[in-house]
This record gives sequence, structure tokens and C-alpha cells, in this order.
Amino acid sequence: MTDITSLSLFELIKNIKEKKISSNEAAKSFVDRSQKSKKLNAYVTENFENCLKLSKEFDNKPNYDLKLPGIPIAVKDLFCTNEVRTTAGSNILNNFVPSYESTVTQNIWNEGGILLGKLNCDEFAMGSSNETSFFGNVQNPIAKDLVPGGSSGGSSSALAANLTPVTIGTDTGGSIRQPASFTGTVGLKPTYGSCSRYGIVAFASSLDQAGPMSKDVKDSSILLEVISSFDKKDSTSIDFKRNNYSSELTRNIKGIKIGIPKEYRVDKMPDEIENLWKKGIEYAKDCGAEIIDISLPHTSYALPTYYIVAPAEASSNLARYDGVKYGLRSSGESLIDMYEKTRSEGFGEEVKRRIMIGTYVLSSGYYDAYYLKAQKVRQLIKKDFDEAYNKVDAILTPSTPSSAFKIGEKSNDPVSMYLNDIFTVPVNLAGLPGISIPAGRDKNNYPLGLQIIGKPFDEQTVLNIAYSMEEKINYKNNITDWWME
Amino acid sequence: MLPVINEYCVKQAIKTGIGLKAKINNKSVFDRKNYFYADLPQGYQISQYKYPIVGEGNVILDMPEGQKQVGIERLHLEQDAGKSIHDIDPSNTLVDLNRSGVALMEIVSKPDLRSPDEVNAYIKKLRSIMRYLGTCDGNMQEGSLRADVNVSVRIKGSTELGTRCEIKNVNSIKFMQMAIIYEANRQVDLIEEGEEIDQETRLFDTKKNETRSMRSKEDAHDYRYFPDPDLLPLEITDEFIDQLKSEIPELPDDKKKRFIDEFKISPYEATILVSDIDTAKYFEEVVSKMGKNRDMKLAVNWITVELFAVLNNKNIEIAHSPISAKNLAKLINLIKNGTISGKIAKTIFELMMDGDIDPQIIVVEKGLKQQSDPKALESLIDKIINDNREKAIEYKQGKEKLFGFFVGQAMKASGGKANPQLINEILKKKL
Repeated sequence: MTDITSLSLFELIKNIKEKKISSNEAAKSFVDRSQKSKKLNAYVTENFENCLKLSKEFDNKPNYDLKLPGIPIAVKDLFCTNEVRTTAGSNILNNFVPSYESTVTQNIWNEGGILLGKLNCDEFAMGSSNETSFFGNVQNPIAKDLVPGGSSGGSSSALAANLTPVTIGTDTGGSIRQPASFTGTVGLKPTYGSCSRYGIVAFASSLDQAGPMSKDVKDSSILLEVISSFDKKDSTSIDFKRNNYSSELTRNIKGIKIGIPKEYRVDKMPDEIENLWKKGIEYAKDCGAEIIDISLPHTSYALPTYYIVAPAEASSNLARYDGVKYGLRSSGESLIDMYEKTRSEGFGEEVKRRIMIGTYVLSSGYYDAYYLKAQKVRQLIKKDFDEAYNKVDAILTPSTPSSAFKIGEKSNDPVSMYLNDIFTVPVNLAGLPGISIPAGRDKNNYPLGLQIIGKPFDEQTVLNIAYSMEEKINYKNNITDWWME
Repeated sequence: MLPVINEYCVKQAIKTGIGLKAKINNKSVFDRKNYFYADLPQGYQISQYKYPIVGEGNVILDMPEGQKQVGIERLHLEQDAGKSIHDIDPSNTLVDLNRSGVALMEIVSKPDLRSPDEVNAYIKKLRSIMRYLGTCDGNMQEGSLRADVNVSVRIKGSTELGTRCEIKNVNSIKFMQMAIIYEANRQVDLIEEGEEIDQETRLFDTKKNETRSMRSKEDAHDYRYFPDPDLLPLEITDEFIDQLKSEIPELPDDKKKRFIDEFKISPYEATILVSDIDTAKYFEEVVSKMGKNRDMKLAVNWITVELFAVLNNKNIEIAHSPISAKNLAKLINLIKNGTISGKIAKTIFELMMDGDIDPQIIVVEKGLKQQSDPKALESLIDKIINDNREKAIEYKQGKEKLFGFFVGQAMKASGGKANPQLINEILKKKL
């Protein structure tokens, strides 16, 4: 039998349902491999013993009607997990143990999933390389000292290294799709309002969205089906009819119209990205899709808009970390002194930078010029997509303007780091579903991804296009386990 | 945890808006008001800033010099903050977070109030309306009704309002009046000394009876208001508002008008009876139980004089009155139809309190029925005149004061049950 950890989620479920593999065997395999992979630094908190115990309990009383029967799953450490430490990659939540469960993770446990551990991420999901985490850099299993992307860097690393069969991330400006692209994996950001934000440590509430990360498209469809749900506890959750994404998955995309936005041909885009995109267009044509040139005229304003809206919301969302109720508390001579010391010691540089940007753009006298203007531009960006969708069913772009970079390469240049999200950010601003699938390699043999953006609530079409292109692309990660002793 | 808009509270806010004759906004927005303080666990308060749920309205006050209309600027919903307690520990401020996050209605009046008395009347009227609506019990001691009082003064005749100071969180009408008087005098003194008023937030120290500066305008927070991304704008349909309108009870102003028209009582009496919804209910029940041959004057008097005195003495609410409206109506009817005298009625009233006893039963059991048989009374009076011949002669010679003596004797002889009117008539005739 092949190594359990290299199976796709779909295969693993099949094997468990056919009783060829027990939940406990699966758990043991992932725990064992995770323990041998500490050099990747993918985990912040391990839940290995409990996972093994729960997998045994599952095997004693199996329920094969569940969608994730006894499947061990590690999740990004941004999801609150009841009685399991949740840090959001920050020192300020270093000791925080939630007393409640996020809706998305609860959905996973309800379908038989078992928590394997909490995965590293950029601090409060602010970053594109996982370098802002208080718990240190994460290695990309593709090559040594390569960033795994971010903010869901622990998730992408663990997934590509087969430490977990699938995982979930959160995506505020590209935090699922960019790390997926950097690690040769699949990452889907659903439509805003698909997956409940309840129990997810908030970064930018109007942009945050949880989504599946997996080794192939089918696995993402299975996981999306589990995590997408209407939730009264999240006022921005939307009550729409959700597809049975995995059973409705099809490679028949004949006649589907795919738009190619000219504004995504950005300055200084490497040739290999340009070529990847061209190849992608050919793949799509091969699948029977019709290619149509479109325009999204406000694309160049997306990044500046994002870097006003997201920090503004973050500056307010992070105000609760003041040392009073939970998390880190530094001692101070007065209440204000305690606040200042706690937040100075508790937050890292990138988080502080964004809190300051956010505080500034919301300040009286600047609100209209920055925040209000950004909200208006956001509407224009959304309108661009609305108009494009009169002509096309989906949009194809590169996922990132480059492949994974070296640890430390961009950490002192925030703007160059921000530019990495140039293709993913507009999707969050417009609240649309977007997927990144591995589509090729650069000159260093590092993976490159293509992004498919869909209409609101049309995850099925996005998945179907990705599913059929995936077959044509036939990408396989070549992981050497270099980090193991 | 994410916030969710509380439907019940939205309904309560709309109902209150209707009670304030205010515009209900079809669309309102929840904003975040950002500031750091220990009473605010999230680091921001969810409030409504630019687009409140209720817009302009008004309230009518009954002042001794006539009616006065006070404008309402807005009513908005927000989360209550925790309660800071400064007087338990000498060196620490304690914070009680129990009410933190609970929905709160903030009603902002226009700068129309001109005296502590008007403020008093305004608060009482607001409380009365909200109690009618069931949207606030108005209990200031428990903090379910609190006020931030803005005070400014100006030179007589000046049309421009002076710079205001805001006195935060005053929790009784009495303290409100004290704070206003203190603050107004403080401002007048400053102006007379040629100084300017700083716009600032002040606290009222109830023990020292003075206001103290909390923070000046320069220290004022930049609250960085922005729409709460966790909550979508609140949209309310006209149908929803109409439905709530149909559930609104008759409010004090309308009730007062109806009482005057229907029951022919004076505006003053009506004002007293409608100020509290339970009093109004009690009064209406008494009236309905009195039946066709009702006596409004008796009803008003018995409630506002006799019953109020008892309730005040025993410190009980009219809703828990020891005498039911039904039995009080019976008592009033017994007076009205001459079965008992007003004086006997007071005795019966006292007895009724012991378990809300039917006055009819007391009359029968204690034999307190009024003697209204003229023949019986005539023979009783004949006997008294016979027994007091000298006094009768004195009376006839002009000592009119003695009339009272004879009335007293007659009442005494009858055990208080004699119909006083008949006694008067017969005595006049016989003497």
C-alpha cells in the first residue's frame, strides 16, 4: 500500500469507508510524519495525542455516512478551537485558549474530521510569506529557505509536505491562493458570506473569508461542501442555496466563457508568469472554454484601496488586545501605560505598521480622503467585475506575479511584499470566489499558480474549470523530504 | 465573537420612536466608536453615528404656565459599556462588565429645555411614554434610565446659545436638577468674571454637590467612527413600521385628551391620572366598573386623594394596590346611591385594605348602612332637641354655631350612619 499521507482526501475517505485504512492508522501516519517534519515549523500547537485518541474512538464507533469519516485535519491557527490554544501567530495571544469553536471548524468536526493541530501563519494573517509570525518562519517543502507564502503559510507547507490531507486557511487579500501557488497546491477563497466568520480571529471583517486548501481540486470541493454554511451568528453570512460541490463536480466546461483581463498584464511581470498565463489560456481552450478579452479598468487601484480598507478594519478589530481580558499582559504603572506596554510587546512590526496606517486613515480630517474614498473605489472595482460578468462566466489570471521567494528576501521591503498580492486582492475587494491551481514551474522549478475567479456564489463553475484544467495541466509536486533527518 | 443585531431591541427603538412622534428611518447604519477604556472589552462601542434608526420628533410637556414642546433630535441604538466603579477600592477603579454589550437607546433632545423644572418634566414625560410603550421601565436607580445633561447659559435676550458643558451619567432627577443649578451658576460666575466657558465633559459629585471637569475638548477622543463591517446596514420596511404602529397603545397625550372629552374631568386631573400607565389603567377600570350612574368627581377624588395617600404611605405601586379597582368602584357607588356617607366610606375603605374585601360585605356585616328614612331620623332629632332644650333656645336666639352641635349629636346617636344631608334638612326645619 502506498504511503497514507500521500493520498488525496478523496482517496483517504474512500479507503476509510472501505475499511482498508482505519482512522487511527491515518492519524498515526500524519502524526508520525508531522513529528519528523518539525524543521518545517508548520505547527504552532500540536494536538497529536488527542487526535490519536479521537481516531480510536472513531474506529470503535465508526460512522461512514459522514463526509470526513475520522479524517485528521490540521487547521490554520486563526480558527478558534475550543480548549485548544489559538494564537493567530501573535505573541499577544500566546496563551489564549478559546472557550468556543469557530463555525467552520465545528462543521469539520461535525462531519467526522479530527483536529491534528494548529498551523503557523503570519501574525493576525498580515503577511505574504509567513515571516511575520511570532512563532518563526515556515519552510516551504519545495526547497530549503523558501517561503511557503502567507498568510496561510503553515497550512500550505503542511499540505505540500503531506502533514495533513487537507487544510483550511483564511484569505483576506490572497492568504489562501498565494501560499497555494507557492507550494504547488490548490487553494480556494469562497464568495464573501459563504463560510461563517464566527470564531475566526478577525483581521479585516469585510474581506476575511475561510476556504479549503488541498492537493487537488476535487479535495477542495469536498472540503468546501463541509465548511460552507449559513450561520446566524455571523451577520454577513449569506443564506443561499449551496451546491453539493463534490458530486456536482464535472470536467465538462464546453462553451463556458472565460475572460482574460488586460489590466493584469502588469509592469515588470516576469516572462515566465506571462508564459504561464498564455499556457493557461491554451489549456482552457483545450477544455472547450471560449476565451474572451475583457477589461477591469480599476485594477491598478485595488492594492492601494486594499491597504486602506484592510488596515482600517484591522486597527479597530485589534483594539481588543489590550491586556485586560485575555492574552498577554505587560505590567504598567497605569491603565494607559499597561495598554501601551502590552501592545508594544505583544504585536510585531507588520501588525503595528498596519494598526498605525488604519488608525491614520480613520482619523478625523483624513477619513474622507482615505477611508471613504477607498470605499468608493472598492465599489468601482466591484462594478468592473459585475460588468465583465455580463460577458463571461469566469476570469483567468496568474495567481501571483512571481514564484516563491527566499526567506528574508522581501521582509525589509513591505511594499514589494504587498505587491505580491496584486492579482488576488481585487477578488477580496469584490467579494468573489477565486481558486489558485498549480499550473507550471519557473526556472528554479518552483511552482506557479493560475487563478480562476468566478461570479458571486458560483463556486461550482470555478471548481469545474479548475477541475478540467487540472487534468490537462497534470502538475505533480516533486517533494524530496529534504527537511527530514 | 461577532455581533448580531437584536430584533427585539430594534422593535423597541422603533416603538419608542413612534411614541416620540419621530421619523423612523428605513435605513440606518451601525458604526464603531473606537476608544480604549477598561469598560469596553472590544476596544470599540457599536453605535449609530451618521444614520440613526430614529430621526426628529417631539414631546409635549405640561408646565404650570401651559404646554411646551421639546424637540427630539434623534434616537439611536448602541451597546452599553461596562460600569466603572470608583468608590469601592481607594486606589483602583473596578469595572462591572455585566451590562457591557447590552443594547441601549440613546434619545437626544434639541436644545429646547430652559430650566431644571423643564428638565424634570421632560424626563418624567419621556419615562411615562416609554412605560406606556413597555420599552423602558424608567428605573433610574437601577440605571435603566440615565442622562447626560448638557448645560449652557447666555445673557438674557441673546439669541445665540452659550458654550455647553456635558455632565455625564446623572442617575436621578433630583441630582439632575442639582447638577444643572450648580453648573449654570458656575458658568454665570465665570462669565461675570470675564472668563470663557470651555466646552468639556464634567462629572457630578453627588456628595459635594458640584460638577468636576472630566476631560476638556482638547483631550476629546478621536473616535474614528466607521461603519461596523460585522453588521450590514439595517433596512426596515414601511410594513414593518406599520405593524409596530398598530401595536402601540394609547399614549399619555391622547389618553389625557380622551379623559377630558369622555369623562369630563379637568385637564389638571387628567394629567395626574395619565402620567403613569398603571394609574390610568386603574382609573379606567374603576370608571368602567362604576356602571352607568357613575360619579367622575368621586372617582377622581378617591383615587388621587385617598388611594394615593395609602399607596404613598405604604410605598407600593398602584399595580399592587391593596384595594382593587372593582371594589373601589363599588365603594364609590355605595356613596353615590346614598347607602353610605362619605365619612362611613372612609371607615370602610380602611377595612377593605385587609385583603381587598368587598365593601358591600363590610356594610352588611358591620351594619353601616346609612339611615335615610326621614321618619326614623325625625324621631331621633326630636329626642335630641328635647334633651337639649336650652341649647335649642340659644340657637333660635341667634347662636348659629350651635347648629353643628346638633348635627354632631344626631350623627353620634345614629352611630355615624345617619344621612348627613337629611339630618341638616330636618334640623333646619325643627329648630
